[in-house]
Formats: sequence, C-alpha cells, structure tokens
Amino acid sequence: MSSTEIDRQWTTRLRHRVAHRLPPEKMLPDTQPAYVASWIYVFGVTTLSAFAVVVLSGFILALKGPQWWHVSGIGHFVNSLHLWSVEIFFFAMVIHLWGKYFMAAWRGGRSLTWVTGVVTFLVSIATAFTGYVSQTNFDSQWISTQAKDGINSTGAGSFFNVLNFGQMLMWHIVLLPLAAVVLTGLHVLMVRAKGVVPPFEEKEEAR
Amino acid sequence: MAESLLAALVSLNGPGHYFHWHWIDISYANLTVIALMVVTFVAALFVPFPGRRHKKETK
Ligand code: HEM
Repeated sequence: MSSTEIDRQWTTRLRHRVAHRLPPEKMLPDTQPAYVASWIYVFGVTTLSAFAVVVLSGFILALKGPQWWHVSGIGHFVNSLHLWSVEIFFFAMVIHLWGKYFMAAWRGGRSLTWVTGVVTFLVSIATAFTGYVSQTNFDSQWISTQAKDGINSTGAGSFFNVLNFGQMLMWHIVLLPLAAVVLTGLHVLMVRAKGVVPPFEEKEEAR
Repeated sequence: MAESLLAALVSLNGPGHYFHWHWIDISYANLTVIALMVVTFVAALFVPFPGRRHKKETK
C-alpha cells in the first residue's frame, strides 16, 4: 500500500484528528490556569461525581429489582442513595450552569460545550421524570396519571405514553441514561480540547 | 430507635405546604432547595479557595 493510500484511510485520518485536537497532555493535564482556583469551578466535577453514583446505584437497583428496593433495608438504602445522588446531581448542575452563564463560558469557540450542557440538562430532566414514574408505588401511579393529560395534549403521547410502565422503564434505564452518558462524555472532552475559558479581563492575552 | 434518630426535620406526614403569592405557587420544599442553591452559588464566588495565592498576584 502506498503512503498516500495509507494517509487516506479513515483510521489514519481519525487518528490524526484526535491526536491534533486532544493530545494526551490536554486530555489529562497536570496543571490549570490560576483563575481556576475558585469554588465555582468545582461544580462541574461535583455534577460528574454525583452522576457516577447515580449510575452505579441504578445498576444495583436494576440487578435486584423492585421487590428488593421496596422491602429490604439494604434495598431502601440503595434506593435512597439513588434518589439523593440525583438531588445532588441537579443541585450541582444548576450551580454549574449559573456559573458558566455569568462567565459567558461559551466564548472562544466553546458554543458546543454550552449546547451539549443544555441538552444534557433537558435529557436529565426527562430521565428523572421517567424514574419517578418507574418507582412501582402509589407515588409513581399518582405522578403518571397527573402527567398524562399534559403530555398527551402536546401530541407526544402517541409515542411516549406515561401510563405504559414498560416503555417508561426502558426510557429510564436504557435510552435516556445512554444519551446522558454520551452527552456528558462529549461535554467533558470538549472542555478538555478547548481548555477552561479565560475570565473577561484576560480574554485578549489568553486567546 | 434508628428511625427516630434519622427522622425528618419537618413532619412529612400529611399534605405538603405551599407558598402562594399572586400567581406564584410553589412548595416550601422546592423553595428551600432553590434558596440553598442561591446561597451555595454566592458562597462559591466569595469563599476563598484553599491553596490560592494572594489576589494581587493572580489578578
Ligand atoms: C451532566 C451534567 C454536566 C456535567 C457532568 C458537566 C461537567 C463539566 C465539567 C467537569 C466541566 C469542566 C469545568 C468546570 O467544571 O467548571 C464543564 C464545563 C462547562 N460546562 Fe458543564 N457539565 C454538565 C452540565 C452543564 C450544563 C447544564 C451547562 C449549561 C447549560 C454546562 C455548561 C458548561 C460550559 C459552557 C463549560 C465550559 C467552561 C469552560 O470552558 O470554561 N454544563 N462541565
């Protein structure tokens, strides 16, 4: 095979692009600019950590099933771990997004970082909603019957039926978490590729 | 015993409590969470970060 042929292979081109956009020292840096030493920058990683606990506790709930999480002591504990990590996840995510909003952190070619954040936020809300509907208790029954008229009035009910337990559970444990994990991955990779946005005053020198 | 130790700060038996002002209608639980987020946000801006050098040097 000639070297031009090798250069045209998609594997070669993809490798060059990835190595160019995300060299190892950008992917896993050892230092950060001085302005990152503020509590406001901690909330992205707090969100990420809470998300990890959400996913892991969700795996355990999926492994054992509703009879276990409604009845046994450890089941209640893991169920609570799942709920409270979700609470911390949203709490931290909202502070993270307020911080990024007031920093206008979409500056300098970072618009897709912001946009993946927005979409992750919306996907997370849908994930939490389908989770509430999948509890298999009176609470989930109440929530789904309250929600159905609102959702059906938008027309979405024809393919997203909140009274269809099997469908809601699948959205909650397959489709939406997958979307959230992929989007979060892209979000963090984009932050790494671009580096943390400089504060307003330092914009000129740093770009 | 463990249950009474871990009991909620507010009694959760019975219907929820709501803050109602003109068209604004929100549970005190949600309102509390929003207030805590605002407080945490402001604290994140002003509480000094450990290990950060003097302001003059970094600014
Ligand atoms: C699953 C939810 C999310 C996770 C795990 C997450 C995680 C992160 C992390 C770890 C960073 C690195 C810098 C930092 O922490 O300050 C970051 C940056 C950023 N996030 Fe998020 N984020 C999430 C949701 C959001 C949302 C909802 C928005 C806004 C709508 C957003 C907007 C941004 C922007 C614009 C940056 C770039 C900041 C910069 O380059 O300086 N993120 N995110």
